[in-house]
Amino acid sequence: MAAFYSFMAVLALVFIAAIGAGSVGMYTVFGVAVPYIALLIFLAGFIYRIVYWAKSPVPFSIATTGGQQKSLPWIKNSPWDNPYNVSGTVIRMILEVVTFRSLFRNTKIDLRTDSVKVVYGSAKFLWLFALIFHMAFFTILIRHMRLFLEPVPGCIKMIEFLDSILQIGIPTLYQTDLLILVGLAFLLLRRIVDAKVNYISLAQDYFPLFLLLGIAISGIYMRYFIKADVISIKELTMGLLSFKPKLPEKPLETTFFVHLFLVSCLFAYFPFSKLMHLAGVFLSPTRNLPNNTRRQHYTNPWNDPAIKPHSYAAYEDDFREKMIEAGLPVEKEA
Amino acid sequence: MAKLPPPEELVKINYSTPVKGWMDVPNEFRPGTFSYPGKPDILKYLGFPNPREWSPVDPDWKLPPDWREIIMKGFRERLDKYRSFKVFMDICVRCGACADKCHFYIGSGDPKNMPVLRAELLRSVYRGEFTVAGKILSKMAGARKLEEDVVKEWFMYFYQCTECRRCSLFCPYGIDTAEITMMARELLSLVGCNINWILEPAANCNRTGNHLGIQPHAYKDMMDFLCEDIETITGIHIEPPVNKKGAEILFITPSGDIFADPGIYTYMGYIMLFHELGLDYTWSTYASEGGNFGLFTSDVMMKKLNGKMYAEAKRLGVKWILGGECGHMWRVINQYMDTMNGPADFLETPVSPITGTRFDAAAGTKMLHIAEFTADLIKHGKLKLDPSRNANLRTTFHDSCNPARGMGLFEEPRYVLKNVCENFVDMPEETIREQTFCCGGGAGLNNEEFMEMRMRGGLPRGSAVKYVQEKNQVNTLVTICAIDRATLPPLCDYWAPGVQVAGLHELVANALVMEGEQERTMDMRQEPLPGFEDAEEEE
Repeated sequence: MAAFYSFMAVLALVFIAAIGAGSVGMYTVFGVAVPYIALLIFLAGFIYRIVYWAKSPVPFSIATTGGQQKSLPWIKNSPWDNPYNVSGTVIRMILEVVTFRSLFRNTKIDLRTDSVKVVYGSAKFLWLFALIFHMAFFTILIRHMRLFLEPVPGCIKMIEFLDSILQIGIPTLYQTDLLILVGLAFLLLRRIVDAKVNYISLAQDYFPLFLLLGIAISGIYMRYFIKADVISIKELTMGLLSFKPKLPEKPLETTFFVHLFLVSCLFAYFPFSKLMHLAGVFLSPTRNLPNNTRRQHYTNPWNDPAIKPHSYAAYEDDFREKMIEAGLPVEKEA
Repeated sequence: MAKLPPPEELVKINYSTPVKGWMDVPNEFRPGTFSYPGKPDILKYLGFPNPREWSPVDPDWKLPPDWREIIMKGFRERLDKYRSFKVFMDICVRCGACADKCHFYIGSGDPKNMPVLRAELLRSVYRGEFTVAGKILSKMAGARKLEEDVVKEWFMYFYQCTECRRCSLFCPYGIDTAEITMMARELLSLVGCNINWILEPAANCNRTGNHLGIQPHAYKDMMDFLCEDIETITGIHIEPPVNKKGAEILFITPSGDIFADPGIYTYMGYIMLFHELGLDYTWSTYASEGGNFGLFTSDVMMKKLNGKMYAEAKRLGVKWILGGECGHMWRVINQYMDTMNGPADFLETPVSPITGTRFDAAAGTKMLHIAEFTADLIKHGKLKLDPSRNANLRTTFHDSCNPARGMGLFEEPRYVLKNVCENFVDMPEETIREQTFCCGGGAGLNNEEFMEMRMRGGLPRGSAVKYVQEKNQVNTLVTICAIDRATLPPLCDYWAPGVQVAGLHELVANALVMEGEQERTMDMRQEPLPGFEDAEEEE
């Protein structure tokens, strides 16, 4: 049901753009106003969310240690899974963000009831397809920078070159265009087919998947099927960037407006959704802190010095006679 | 007490998901799956709100009239105090990688025991009460209002979490259910929903210095009694120093080990080791507890109980503190102690008086783990060990959750173990070290009334023990945690009968060749050593 509603919501967004820009011809609204508003919401929302998180302190250093601590010199420690200093923690974070190291650990249990055994299998598909999706998305995002930069920098051309290195078809196929579909399809199907994951899934888990699929499909349709006029599109995007928005003379395709509207929706939705894991992962105290709180002091800003233990004096007052009788030393004689 | 079904019944676990959404599945408080509530006099002693007689099976939990406002205020305060709480409420993508990492989910098949859903129990209220989208879209967006049934559900499932942090290892964002459980338990405590097995030890620890409520003279008695046993076994008479001012080292270990089998053998092991080394140290009756059930109650209680360690170290004028084998004690020492009650400038960085090793890993807290201390002794050849005395034991090692994922203490105990016992084999890698499984009774859930759930949660550990028992004829599960020593024996009896549980320093004591000892014919349990089985029978 959650999946269905999410799908319908994205479909509705497609129709809004198709009718609004395609049929009614509200080009300025969909080509200029909506992207600006979306970007504003994105920036303001993103900053708001980070500030909201950052306002709360991290009172304790609670790294989840995933390897041997550094203790005795002759015991080999795991500097990345159990970092004791800043450099190790930075490497841990890089591995987490770039290679999804924790997800790579994933296993799958199987209970053999006859022999009463829990067995563990490899479960790397989630890691693999999640990585495929994120990497493809990131590459596509970089590639799109060519629409906002004149002249197009060499590094972007290089990425385009590498992304189309297989030289299939005309216009040449970007591998990431396929990979993002593969990644999204896996993540979506897994959510629907895997009973456990299905059970925990909410509308806000399906919505971004459908939205991203809509964006990817409309983009692919533009590039490979209707071969949209990139020069006109760049006229619009450069205009937006220079705050002198101008609609190109040649009318843009409806698909472009659908694509742009879905992207705008993604941007506006982003800061208020789980997609903020992009920023949140950097703020996760079980990952971004070293395991060194036995080595050096870590400060809790709201630590209350007024909280004192039940004092020894009160303890001795309570038990003095019994202590003396048992031959235990006391501070004050009875 | 509920009757525990046999293993072959219990293992028939249904992992299929209910037809109804989880918000519509009602709570069922079945005996064996929940812990008894905190007794009113204990709550009164601790100054906790809403002391009363109640039971989770009652329809009316006698919550205070403004319970909703209390919880919402507490929720807001904790969001402001802990960034972890905010971030963990916001960024979960429900990928499900954590689902089958939880021992309680593996053992029960209850979807609300998947770490992701456990957190959603709280997250749903966060969305429903604090976010606009949640208020509008409600159930569709996984949001709901705070109702009395929600509080009951929290009590059920946040007291079915042992804060072992296994899920947090696998989470791509490091979302730590222990952190979420701590928050939820604090919120529950604000309206008087606690469990007695946590509060009574916390209250005892405050007054008598230890969880069991052992008063100083009784503590001394028990120690003398154990020393008599040591004399029987070794022929050596030891009088361990207690509350001694001016000693170099203060030794603190969980009180469970002075009280019950098999912990007492480890306790005796400490006494023998320190005697043999001629260590200038002292025990303390005021700080006679290493564990800290405050960790399972609130940050205030944790700080209050932990504060005794430094207070006693200061009073006695020691140079540094040595800590015994314990699980959650070491999470507190490693990740909280110095922040809460430090810096301990009046102490010095621990230096082994025997080997001269300076332990920089403990330069901040000035508190050293006994496994680090003993490993260093063995490495420097300072102990005379006869591992053949443990030749009848085929051992494996259970990594306790907290020293594993809250510290990373893996090699030190294994090094010690391999030096005192030649037969050692590890369990499968998915069940040890950072991936270790809980004993099913951590975070204050090691009570009798919770036995069915403990056995369910103990299934992954039990299965791994059974595996090495069948494959490698393992007969002894060694561990460095006092709660493990209480929870693992029933777990092994249930899932892997024939495997006994021992502490690391029990085995050290078996192997330790002491100066002036009589010919050793029996081990710490006063059972014949290998080669002396016949002598026993002749007598």
